[in-house]
Amino acid sequence: MTTDFRSNVAHALKQDAVQTHFRTVVDRLRAHRQAALTDDAAFEQLRSRCRAIRADAIRRLPDLLELFESNAQRSGIQVHWAETTLQANQIVLDIMRRHRATFLVKGKSMVSEEMGVNAFLQSHGIDCLETDLGEFIVQMAGEKPAHIIVPAIHKNRREIAHLMHRHFPGLPYSEDIETLAQSVRRFMRDKFRAAPVGLTGVNFMVAETGTLCLVENEGNGRMCSTVPPVHIAVTGIEKVIARLDDLPPLLNLLTRSATGQPITAYVNMINSPRRPGDKDGPDEVHLILLDNGRSHIAGDPELLKTLHCIRCGACINHCPVYRQIGGHAYGTVIPGPIGTILEPQKQGLDAAAGELPQASTLCGACAEVCPVRIPIPAIINRLRWESVRKNQQSQNSRPVVPGAGSGRKSLEATIWKIWAWCCTHPGIYNRLTKLATCLRNRLPADMGAWTVVRKAPKPAQVTLHERLRKMDIDHE
Amino acid sequence: MNDARNAILDRLRLSQFPDSAPVKRDDQNDPVDPVLGPDERINCFINRMRAVRTEVHDASHDSWLDILHDVCQVRSLNNLLVSPHTRWGAKIYAAARRFPALKDYSQSIEDWKSELFTAVDAAVTGAYGGIAETGTLILWPEAHEPRAMSLVPPIHIVLLEKSRIYNSLTEAMQIQNWTLTGMPSNVILLSGPSKSADIEQTMTYGVHGPRELIVILV
Amino acid sequence: MNNRVVSEKPQAVYFYGTCLIDLLYPHAGVSAVELLRREGVAVIYPQSQTCCGQPAWNSGYRDEALAVARAQLALFPRTIPLVIPSASCAGMMKVHYPELFRGQPDEADALNMAGRVYELTAFLVDVLDIRLTDLGDPVSVVAHTSCTARRELGVGDKLHTLLRQLHNVEILEPENSAECCGFGGTFAVKQPEISAAMALEKAAAVRATGAQRLVSQDCGCLMNIGGVMEKQNQAMPRQHIAELLWERTKK
Repeated sequence: MTTDFRSNVAHALKQDAVQTHFRTVVDRLRAHRQAALTDDAAFEQLRSRCRAIRADAIRRLPDLLELFESNAQRSGIQVHWAETTLQANQIVLDIMRRHRATFLVKGKSMVSEEMGVNAFLQSHGIDCLETDLGEFIVQMAGEKPAHIIVPAIHKNRREIAHLMHRHFPGLPYSEDIETLAQSVRRFMRDKFRAAPVGLTGVNFMVAETGTLCLVENEGNGRMCSTVPPVHIAVTGIEKVIARLDDLPPLLNLLTRSATGQPITAYVNMINSPRRPGDKDGPDEVHLILLDNGRSHIAGDPELLKTLHCIRCGACINHCPVYRQIGGHAYGTVIPGPIGTILEPQKQGLDAAAGELPQASTLCGACAEVCPVRIPIPAIINRLRWESVRKNQQSQNSRPVVPGAGSGRKSLEATIWKIWAWCCTHPGIYNRLTKLATCLRNRLPADMGAWTVVRKAPKPAQVTLHERLRKMDIDHE
Repeated sequence: MNDARNAILDRLRLSQFPDSAPVKRDDQNDPVDPVLGPDERINCFINRMRAVRTEVHDASHDSWLDILHDVCQVRSLNNLLVSPHTRWGAKIYAAARRFPALKDYSQSIEDWKSELFTAVDAAVTGAYGGIAETGTLILWPEAHEPRAMSLVPPIHIVLLEKSRIYNSLTEAMQIQNWTLTGMPSNVILLSGPSKSADIEQTMTYGVHGPRELIVILV
Repeated sequence: MNNRVVSEKPQAVYFYGTCLIDLLYPHAGVSAVELLRREGVAVIYPQSQTCCGQPAWNSGYRDEALAVARAQLALFPRTIPLVIPSASCAGMMKVHYPELFRGQPDEADALNMAGRVYELTAFLVDVLDIRLTDLGDPVSVVAHTSCTARRELGVGDKLHTLLRQLHNVEILEPENSAECCGFGGTFAVKQPEISAAMALEKAAAVRATGAQRLVSQDCGCLMNIGGVMEKQNQAMPRQHIAELLWERTKK
């Protein structure tokens, strides 16, 4: 009996060519980051500072959100609040309808993926065109992004060439990367020109000044937020930071952790719509603040660290599990270690994503590289406890993790009870281990999952307890 | 929608922990950004920019016009988008015969979008400052040099005074007093031509933004 | 972590064998005890010890883990070091007991004990400043640092420090040496497909070095990697670091 997740995993592991290509890419991203972060001491100091900035922001979240809103509104940015993705999608739809817009151009945004805004608008007859090269490729393929920074990480140039040829039959087939990129550029320019609305994500919101900060290398984000007369920005409520001078250290670690770059080609700080005297820029700028479970997470002092994330993707690149199974197998918007702690808390431990905390060896590679020091393995362990808790009542008036206790199985619980009983009764424990040593040559070779790829370990002839007793080691 | 706002803020306020201490920001103990002397700053700036395929010319008040002329010639530019109202622009217009046809971004974008997107070879703007640590230009678009100038034309040429190169973004923000003076509707930190490595992790340039970024330091 | 905090050599230490070593690799435990005794340290091994509780802790069964941990806590009351030949179990006691016992009536005792826990190689290097003379024949080894040793305890370098004292031992580094071997305790049975993929890759990388032996601070990893190689009929002799050190330095 297997789960959806494990079926996805088995499927992902079978695709040899994709796996090899995939691992090469992840290894390269690790190497780039390593090359950019050579000074260990400076890195650790910067991490501490960034952690403090994010921890302070989450601790003061409601006040900072209100401060941001007030400053942004004063500059003419329209701020909307959405508890659910449906509400957020509805807000986008309302804006589109008000402007009689039939399509929009989109920059890369994980929150927009979370909203499922493309499908939602599609069902209302509105097209969403992904403009980020990687997202555009993924959209052509009818797939979901496989990584938060490099969405088309799983595609090689041949596959992309085929996709382009299918979608643009007028263009000659080419596997040359330069040619492919330029074809997309030409196609997109017409779209940017004509689009009535542009939609983007947000990397940080600065409360002090009401500023939206977006980072990118391609320029499509700037296109989406500059050329169309309407700009809609979508973000999670946790993305707020207190001060403008919090940006430099965060930007520093964000880009170096993600791709090894000291900075992206563009850092775009949006303060207002078009002002009198401006000749371009959108007439309307909308910001949609999405909750979707985040305010619930903020209620637990340990779990709220999940919200410190700045979406750099370093944990994803360093995870040995991700390296084997890829992004799609997770079945979530955000994969990898951060997805493993975030998605079950948002969707519930009883959802399919609830299994993700089991898919970790707690190796700690993620926590080692996280720019804001999120203790991901500790949170994974905490979610494992939440998953099998017997007592599901709220502790100290903290919100209960959705789906708490749903992973508890009576057989497993009984096994652990028996195990605990044996381990707290040394006489029994020693008798059992002695029994195992007696049966050492008669144990089955097939021990379920362990022995599919491994030879079963064989109990020793004599236990350590026995040998040390014979050696007359002081027993106290 | 106010319901959503109130519900979200209420939920966040409910879970505030009165017993938790404020997070120590300890900014005084923060790592100090590297402080380079003026020459080192300029060199660092130039090296960082060149490392990401930006063309950088180390010029002077006497030579920048010539260099700009050469840049246009080498690329056989048919026209140049530049404002006559800026200090650099005024000098370019004064020497107009040396340059390709000069265009001015004098209308709203709606009124000439087609031409902007298809018939402008290159744009020339100034910069509000530069950042040595990351090889970055600070663009502070306003009435004369709108945002799209540094975005739509395939070639972007920037004139920057060497004395306005700062060590770091933090320093630039402090010295230029961004929070006090207020910022324009859009501030852009520009650190190279447009690029993407989305296809097989291979870098390609000019994906959506300008294909070439040329900086002339004065 | 290159600072050597050399404390004074204690007269006696507690020894925690770990359940894995107890049942499957007792020779590693015996070797560790011998090494300690040879350095003039008396070793106390409370016979009532069973398991540190980590399997239950990592499975989310904290009540059960606490019950077992409490039973262990009672066995080591004296304020002397507790030496453990496993980074994984040492990590459980040192790093996670304080979390497990938080708010409990015996929290202070647990913190006290956690403060006295040493992983074996860290104890040998930092406290005993052990000097080793290599009496063995030339051999090449892969020194596999477990994730707990590397990241949770920061004692990964101790393994290499000890091996470098043995002049006839050549240390070979496999590709992606810092990558997890895929054991992860109950992970191996709860997510066997992923675990198998990781273990196979690690085993292949280890074998590709051409080393003659695999050595580690953790028997869990050895069991995992070694088990894969044995199934492929390409077994590479594997030893816990204590076994290798004792074998090559005992007269």
